[in-house]
Amino acid sequence: MSATPTVPPSLSEIAARRGPPPRTPGPCKIEADRLNFFYGEKRALEDISLQIRPNVVTAFIGPSGCGKSTFLRTLNRMNDIIAGTRVEGEVRIDQLNIYDPGVDVVALRRKVGMVFQKSNPFPKSIFENVAYGLRINGLTASKADLSARVEESLRQAALWDEVKDRLQDSALALSGGQQQRLCIARALAVRPDILLMDEPASALDPIATQRIEELVYDLKRRYTIVIVTHNMQQAARVSDYTAFFWLGRLVEYDRTDRIFTAPAEKLTEDYVTGRFG
Amino acid sequence: MNVHGDLGALVGRSKVQRVEFVIEWALFLCALLSVGTTIGIIAVLAVETAAFLREVSVLEFLFGTEWTPLFAAPKFGVLPLVTGTALVSLIAMAVALPMGLLSAVYLSEYADPRVRRFVKPVLEVLAGIPTVVYGYFALLFVTPVLQELIPDLAGFNALGPGIVMGIMILPLVSSLSEDAMRGVPRGLREGSYALGATKMQTSLRVIVPAAFSGITAAFILAVSRAIGETMIVAIAAGQQPRLTWDPTVPIETMTTYIVQVSLGDTPQGTLEYRTIFAVGMLLFLGTFGLNVISAWLRERYREEYA
Amino acid sequence: MNRALTASLPGSADARHIRWRRLVDRGFQALALAVLLATLAALAALIADVWRDGAGRLSWDFVTSFPSRRASQAGIWHALTGSIFVLVLTAAIAVPIGVAAAIYLEEYGSRSRSARLIEINITNLAAVPSVIYGLLGLSLFVRMLALGRSVLAGAATLALLVLPIVILSTREALRAVPKSVREGSYALGATKWQTIWHQVLPVAFPGILTGLILALSRAIGETAPLITIGAVTFVTFAPDSIWSPFTVLPIQVFNWVSRPQPEFQANAAAGILVLLALLLTMNAAAIWLRDRYRRKDAA
Repeated sequence: MSATPTVPPSLSEIAARRGPPPRTPGPCKIEADRLNFFYGEKRALEDISLQIRPNVVTAFIGPSGCGKSTFLRTLNRMNDIIAGTRVEGEVRIDQLNIYDPGVDVVALRRKVGMVFQKSNPFPKSIFENVAYGLRINGLTASKADLSARVEESLRQAALWDEVKDRLQDSALALSGGQQQRLCIARALAVRPDILLMDEPASALDPIATQRIEELVYDLKRRYTIVIVTHNMQQAARVSDYTAFFWLGRLVEYDRTDRIFTAPAEKLTEDYVTGRFG
Repeated sequence: MNVHGDLGALVGRSKVQRVEFVIEWALFLCALLSVGTTIGIIAVLAVETAAFLREVSVLEFLFGTEWTPLFAAPKFGVLPLVTGTALVSLIAMAVALPMGLLSAVYLSEYADPRVRRFVKPVLEVLAGIPTVVYGYFALLFVTPVLQELIPDLAGFNALGPGIVMGIMILPLVSSLSEDAMRGVPRGLREGSYALGATKMQTSLRVIVPAAFSGITAAFILAVSRAIGETMIVAIAAGQQPRLTWDPTVPIETMTTYIVQVSLGDTPQGTLEYRTIFAVGMLLFLGTFGLNVISAWLRERYREEYA
Repeated sequence: MNRALTASLPGSADARHIRWRRLVDRGFQALALAVLLATLAALAALIADVWRDGAGRLSWDFVTSFPSRRASQAGIWHALTGSIFVLVLTAAIAVPIGVAAAIYLEEYGSRSRSARLIEINITNLAAVPSVIYGLLGLSLFVRMLALGRSVLAGAATLALLVLPIVILSTREALRAVPKSVREGSYALGATKWQTIWHQVLPVAFPGILTGLILALSRAIGETAPLITIGAVTFVTFAPDSIWSPFTVLPIQVFNWVSRPQPEFQANAAAGILVLLALLLTMNAAAIWLRDRYRRKDAA
């Protein structure tokens, strides 16, 4: 593998060349507007601006440490939990800046769900895992209602048939792939608009990975999905739009077929053809 | 999907947030209670000691050599109690420190896992036995045995309870010293062995010195524990305040005195009542000072090997 | 092989030196082992002595009788019930406050200056002699709050005494809960308290319970603070309310040990055996609970 290119003036050239963010046609679900993110003094994201369309799958790709996961976590303000972080710029969901001081983070996270890299089911039963979000947000009126919602979510996550007879069993007894689908069901239970997925299949075997990818494809009809992945083939298979990040900056953002066949930037081309990363 | 309806839900301070705020404050107050305890201890001791010192001069209290506050012509010199405490503690430390350190060295450097798995629970048991049981042991077993060896030994003395107190404190010294030694980086050990040193040489010349502040912190904590110990001495050391370094005669410690007065019917607000607080204040200052030094040493040790 | 090595070294002086060092090392090892064995022997002697003196007195009558001037008829019922009553009340006071304080320190305030100060304060409190807690209880609970020499005053005093233990062990239990559980909960829109109450506490529960049992094991043997607040040594009834005077098992043992007659000393030994049996049961319960929850998690 050839040496990775150092931070070149060409990155700023790229930014200068791009100019103000081009408006993609159609409605915009999530928009980042000159977003900068800091861990203490260190800047992890620099001037990120892009618009994500509704009901599509958008993939974030890039080498490790490029900021794609950090950016994903700014979309549901999960970084608020870490001490010493700071945000400059705006992130707008449905035209509302979610970093506005008056925004209720709890309500935001119901609207924007998240699935983590390493599946983290609660040490409770399968049923209780899915029901948890419903219970704490007071989203169901009766026990029957609760059961119906749990079933609905498990069906959406393509897990219902495998667990319908053992809903009271511990979630930790499921296989890795099943646990991840359970986490997806759990996130879907609160009926978010947007689903953020941080390398959801990276810890899974190929068959489980394939099932997750099929699931993502099915889900995009109802949800806006943003998926971070280090697996470029996965991004090419699963997503409609792809954003390539590098060293905290957005290098290129376009339709997936264009990114992988005829990218505008050389850096992007080098990455997707495996010349570095 | 109604965009504007969702917009409204996102903005504004909700009832839930107010509840969260109240909960956080309630939890904070509970945490603050521990500070309240310390303030309470200091306040209670200070108030009563101040009242005591209005009738008895500080000099007489700290340097007087006779302690007879319950007599018709009372004397308030606390030195006999202090020497009594010091004597028993010294004997206890003479037992606990070397034996505790040796046991820690053995467990940390020599013992194979089987031995450790057997010995550590035993040490934990020793540490968990109530002190009245140790007092019983000191009075009715250890002292008679010692009397075979030392015919002049009185039934109440400092030697028996001192030795038993040492046995009680040994687990504390052992486990804290072992922790300190375990904190020494592997590299130091390996360097010493690589030069051909035996285990004993490595332990005594490399590891113990490297863990020095941690071990000293453990020793100081042990002394603090010995000074504050009550029941072993109340049962086996006697209730005769005596300014002496002779371990074969009855003495009284600061802690025993407090118990002795509490067992009686001293009415509140009298000078005799206040004496237990004055003695308590002295005890608190002594142990507090030692604890602070021990904590400081432990912090320094952690910084060395962080 | 060793001989071969020493034989190849330049002078027999070196060989002798190495042999000497090895001998000293063996001697040191033997000494350390002897120390450990002596300690074990001391424990064995203690138990054997108490057993020999007191086993004869142990009987159902002994447990259920009240004290009497005649040693052979005296029992520990009042002290046993007093101990249990005080312990339950101590737990009822110390657990909510201690767990709440630990939650604050671990989940809310971990990095603030005031939390750091509170932490240092708790470590100091853990090393204060127990008799000082008695003085605090005497002044504050018995006199100022006018609770009298009651079970309530005793329990409040002991609660303050064991609070550092509850706080420290609860913090450890909370710290052991993996971050991923918390993150999963937040991502679903749960508030901090909802996360703590529904996810963190249930997982930390066995650890908290173990810490409670540790605290109670300490409390059951405490004598000095209770004597100081005025737990009476000659009580002829079992306490019937939180306001009644009381005594506890270790104080009764202390009372009997202080009498010269050997019959009372036998009673003391028997009382000790009951006390040790209670402690053994509590610790066994703690170990059993810890293992059971560990197995449940692994399932």
